[in-house]
Amino acid sequence: MISLTINGQNVEVEEGSTILEAADKLDIFIPTLCHDSRLAPVGACRMCLVEVERARALMAACSVPVMEGMVVHTDTERVHAARKENLQLLLANHPLDCLTCEKNGDCRLQDYCYLYGISESEYEGERKDYALDESNPFFIRDMNKCILCGLCVRVCHEINGAGAIDFTNRGFDTKVTPFFDDPLVESPCVFCGMCVDVCPVGALTPKQGIRQGRPWELQMVRTVCPFCGTGCGLELYVKDNKVVKVKGDPLSLASRGQTCVKGHFGIDFLHHPERLQKPLIRKNGELEEVSWEDALNLIASKLKRLRGEELAGFSSARATNEENYLFQKFLRTLGTNNIDHCARL
Amino acid sequence: MYERQILICAGTGCISSGSLQVHEALRKELQKHQMEDKVRIILSGCHGFCEKGPIFIVYPEDIFYCEVQAEDIPELVEEYLVKGNVVERLLYKDPVTEDAVTSHQEIPFYSKQKRLALRNCGVIDPENIDEYIIRGGYQGLERALRMESLDIINMIKSSGLRGRGGAGFPTGMKWEFAYRNESDKKYVVCNADEGDPGAFMDRSVLEGDPHAVLEGIIIAGLAIGSDEAYLYVRAEYPLAIRRLRTAIAQAQEYGLIGENILGSGFGFKINIKEGAGAFVCGEETALLASIEGERGMPRPRPPFPAVKGLWGEPTCINNVETLANVSLIMRKGTDWYSAIGTEGSKGTKIFALTGKVNNTGLCEVPMGITLREIIFDIGGGIRDGKKFKAVQIGGPSGGCLPESHLDQPVDYDSLTSAGAMMGSGGMVVMDEDTCMVDLARYFLSFTQSESCGKCTPCREGTKRMLEILERITKGQGVAEDIPRLQKLALAVKDGSLCGLGQTAPNPVLTTLRYFQDEYEAHIFDRRCPAGQCQELLTYYIDPELCTGCRACTRVCPTGAITGEKKEPHVIDEEKCINCGSCAERCKFDAIKVK
Ligand SMILES: Cc1cc2nc3c(=O)[nH]c(=O)nc-3n(C[C@H](O)[C@H](O)[C@H](O)COP(=O)(O)O)c2cc1C
Ligand code: SF4
Ligand code: SF4
Repeated sequence: MISLTINGQNVEVEEGSTILEAADKLDIFIPTLCHDSRLAPVGACRMCLVEVERARALMAACSVPVMEGMVVHTDTERVHAARKENLQLLLANHPLDCLTCEKNGDCRLQDYCYLYGISESEYEGERKDYALDESNPFFIRDMNKCILCGLCVRVCHEINGAGAIDFTNRGFDTKVTPFFDDPLVESPCVFCGMCVDVCPVGALTPKQGIRQGRPWELQMVRTVCPFCGTGCGLELYVKDNKVVKVKGDPLSLASRGQTCVKGHFGIDFLHHPERLQKPLIRKNGELEEVSWEDALNLIASKLKRLRGEELAGFSSARATNEENYLFQKFLRTLGTNNIDHCARL
Repeated sequence: MYERQILICAGTGCISSGSLQVHEALRKELQKHQMEDKVRIILSGCHGFCEKGPIFIVYPEDIFYCEVQAEDIPELVEEYLVKGNVVERLLYKDPVTEDAVTSHQEIPFYSKQKRLALRNCGVIDPENIDEYIIRGGYQGLERALRMESLDIINMIKSSGLRGRGGAGFPTGMKWEFAYRNESDKKYVVCNADEGDPGAFMDRSVLEGDPHAVLEGIIIAGLAIGSDEAYLYVRAEYPLAIRRLRTAIAQAQEYGLIGENILGSGFGFKINIKEGAGAFVCGEETALLASIEGERGMPRPRPPFPAVKGLWGEPTCINNVETLANVSLIMRKGTDWYSAIGTEGSKGTKIFALTGKVNNTGLCEVPMGITLREIIFDIGGGIRDGKKFKAVQIGGPSGGCLPESHLDQPVDYDSLTSAGAMMGSGGMVVMDEDTCMVDLARYFLSFTQSESCGKCTPCREGTKRMLEILERITKGQGVAEDIPRLQKLALAVKDGSLCGLGQTAPNPVLTTLRYFQDEYEAHIFDRRCPAGQCQELLTYYIDPELCTGCRACTRVCPTGAITGEKKEPHVIDEEKCINCGSCAERCKFDAIKVK
């Protein structure tokens, strides 16, 4: 264990922990824009700068490992000045269209500007002016709002592995783009939507939720994705009993916030008028709504008439491993080995 | 038996001024006179005095001919080699006295230098390992092979050698960190990215004496316990890369690289990695990312490369010039080396001297020499009899020092406390015609466009500083710009992730510190004291000189100049757009600016 002092308070943390983790243990707040505990730290946004005694420059709490006897200050004039300057600089190059921005109320840039009382930048000059990338059906990329925290790039490389986007150009012209700055649909992107979830500002906006409700109007419901047996955790955002948009649930032990395109964006079926909600049985050539009991009885009576190899079972990827196991066990008890699974198709 | 030896410089500078053609012409001419077996021709590395290239030295007499062209060869051969008459017109002329100088030792450009890292440059054939060995090459390695790692490290430590790549970190200490981090695999990396515009000392060493660097790399490997090195060279240095490849192949053949070096049981491999040429890729962590095939963006330190470097393994990164010194220190010993230089800065430093001095080029000087000696003795003073104004030291992110600092010794600590830095050794001299605001703007435009874009203060902050400077030079500055620049500069310095951002504000901070009056003149008087900022100039016609020839009225695009023929003309300030066409056209120098 390593022991250090932050703002006069002592704390012990595991060797290899960062200053940010140590501060977290003491409930000392340090703002971050580019940090995500699931990703390797990069120290890019410089919001988490803190003063470490005997260090020449300010240090990024998210990436600097703790050292025995370290003395850290997070609440000094120098620290606040540096953070404010960073916010000033980000705002000078950010469209202040919070009124219509989907991220309003859930934006970390906005939160920190609020915290530091910054309403506009004192710097005037060139601003980014890029066309929107609306090429895919799932989300809009507005690189004018991008603060280049790199979270989307890292989630795409480190977690998804698609590596569809990266930084291009240098200096003021630095931009996150797919290869050759082509539209995202022409890239190796698999539209898992994880970049959308990690973006701290309004640069990546899911199309499903646009003008469907402000963040504070939406109720978050945690659930498990119904699409396959992996069991990824999802956060459903609900307004008036309608699911407006979906995010990965970072607290889910099965998925830690990771999603695929289906879980993240495939929610149209939920409120679709043609969605099957009750079992149907064909009677006299017409499908009729029946109770679950009647439906199961019908299946049981038909199964009883079949013997051994006459019977075959076909299972689904929507079922969990345990359910699939039970299914094949059940069929074998009925005397058949004719068992298959949709995932083999 | 050769009677004479002729060195023709084949550094990049002399090649571009025609030295290969000179070589070809000399070969033919010698054939014509049947003198091929009397005169040996050597294509050497850079002599540093590129401005006077192609350089052509005849031994044993040591006659220094400069600016020699292929057309001069018949005369040189006929007059000098055959008849023994020195060809005066091809000798170096002192810029002040105009006296011709025969030996290069007598040229002030060389006499104050102390060439250690450049010891063989311009002296040997860099493509021939034997010439390096004859001059003591690989003796340092031989000695190191008989020593324990820690003894080598202690030797470098007590020599006082500090990194020549910019930061001046003690080399021995860096080696010790890498040595103490145990691992099955460790790397040595030689930083030959040399991204400072105008700097070419590393290129000259690599082109002129590649084995000196290879020897240093192998010694570093031996010291830290590594068996493999990467030499990161920018792809814009094709000649350096070619000579390195030749040198590696020759050293391999001699058993100096490869398995079981000189029968010691120690094996070492050197790879060359060509960099695509981004300034930031010279920063050590960005350089490592680039070798790994990633985008060249700096990574946070700690962990330092000595702990977690290339592919996560302990790595020792050193600059070309540092390593060229290492091989010499190992051969000649610590005491000899540490007798040169000052208390805190030992040895020599190579500078790329450019700008408004009479002699430009590469010079290697002992630490502790004054700026005045470099600029006025080696550099031969300011061109065209103008007045010295300032010198920018340490490349684009160095600092700009005024006349009051001319007698300051050149060493790591004095330069840093003056707001400049040693950097890689760029030295740009400015005269009274240079505008300090425009200079800061120029350097910042470089660092801004080379910022990797990763961190907020550097990417966004340098841009806003640049915009403020652009406005000031256009006469649109406001009073708050000075404190605003100061605040931004400090924020970028204090908050940036890597050395690029942490030093980029230096030119602004130093020009503000030493030349604030110039900023004020731009902002409050809308005037550029050096007469450089186009938008701030006022053109006027000196009635004494004007002959009324009308030439200016014909070129002025806005019709701002009026006057009767043969009478002095006048410029209407309201109409003038400061394009300067009239001044260019006037044959009588009558059009002035204020
Ligand atoms: C923006 C930037 C550019 C740099 N460029 C170079 C370079 O071109 N060559 C070099 O040797 N060091 C360069 N450095 C310094 C390296 O990061 C590193 O300190 C050096 O290579 C270490 O070698 P040394 O200890 O022998 O000086 C640069 C540093 C920064 C911040
Ligand atoms: S798009 Fe969002 S997540 Fe990606 S770099 Fe920009 S701000 Fe960060
Ligand atoms: S200081 Fe500049 S060059 Fe260095 S990491 Fe930050 S943005 Fe990149």
